[in-house]
Amino acid sequence: MFILQQNFSHPAFKEGVASIASVCLGIFAWGLMTGVAMVNSGLSLADALAMTLLVFAGSSQLAVLPLLAVNAPWSVVLATAFCVNLRFVVFSAHLRPYLAHYPRWYRLGASYFTADISYVQFMQRFPTPATNPEEQRVEQAFLAGNSFLNWASWMSGSILGIFLTQYIPIQWGVGFAGILALVGVTCKMINTPQRGLVAVLASIAACLTAAWPLKLNILFAMVVSVFWCLVLERWTRANKPSDKAAVP
Amino acid sequence: MNAFPFDLHLDHLWTILGLTVITVISRGFFVLSNKAWTLPYWLERSLEYAPIAALLAVIAPEVLTRHGQWIHTWLDARWIACLAGVLYYTLLRKQNPSLLGVIVVGMAVYLPLHIWAGA
Repeated sequence: MFILQQNFSHPAFKEGVASIASVCLGIFAWGLMTGVAMVNSGLSLADALAMTLLVFAGSSQLAVLPLLAVNAPWSVVLATAFCVNLRFVVFSAHLRPYLAHYPRWYRLGASYFTADISYVQFMQRFPTPATNPEEQRVEQAFLAGNSFLNWASWMSGSILGIFLTQYIPIQWGVGFAGILALVGVTCKMINTPQRGLVAVLASIAACLTAAWPLKLNILFAMVVSVFWCLVLERWTRANKPSDKAAVP
Repeated sequence: MNAFPFDLHLDHLWTILGLTVITVISRGFFVLSNKAWTLPYWLERSLEYAPIAALLAVIAPEVLTRHGQWIHTWLDARWIACLAGVLYYTLLRKQNPSLLGVIVVGMAVYLPLHIWAGA
């Protein structure tokens, strides 16, 4: 977490900042668009500001705006947000070994600030968790720096969007940079044919069920695509006995 | 707009607090517990695929659907721009292309199509 001195005074903090610096304009644009969208959907300034500062999850904020506009029940709003956030649940399973030796408040704080791009860049920089305290400090400082610039770019964009709504030409669609950022990080993660397959399956499944309520199409697409990839994995392994010994 | 720069009505205060809890819980789901545990084997294996599945389950409908339906027209700037970004990445794969490159190429295709061609 970037508020801790042990993290922001560490040299790896700057490395984390530098690695996300090239795309911070894209994050800013996405935040700007989200800020404008919140005000345009009828949220009061205070609501929009509170949502930006506290919720800090762009895709789920955008997903619940139409629900808030029609005063949908609490449970519907929260369930929808959770489905959109399912990817973070998966990310947190990958983050666990990197955070396990820290107290709970730190683990929750660090994971709260770790959004999509920070997660992917962190995992690419540190593919395996460090085993000694010095390297663990490097990991945490890098993550803190990376998530700091992500947070700062997102927040400045969002807050500017909230206050300057009427001056920002939302119809230009600059917020699409956010989707492209996600496309880019996904490209970086697809490094095996199986991962390419899961990408195609999940996309088709999510689009076919896009009209489902509560964004359950996201859950459905995840379950279906991962299930078929596991089946395929097991099937190919059963046909290649030589590989079997290598699997733990 | 209000004369006072802050409209202090928090109509959705409880929902916003609830959404905050959702963010904290979803981002921290597997780091919440203090106890050491290991995942069952099939779940461990599914972590190989789940992040990509989850990301695309969010992205694909944003790009390929409108109002819950597949897009009806080929002339939609969103998928063309994403395709351009993906192509850029795939063609330069060996040089480990930057995230910025994907965004710049995608936006260079998206903005003209969207603003002038109305796609």
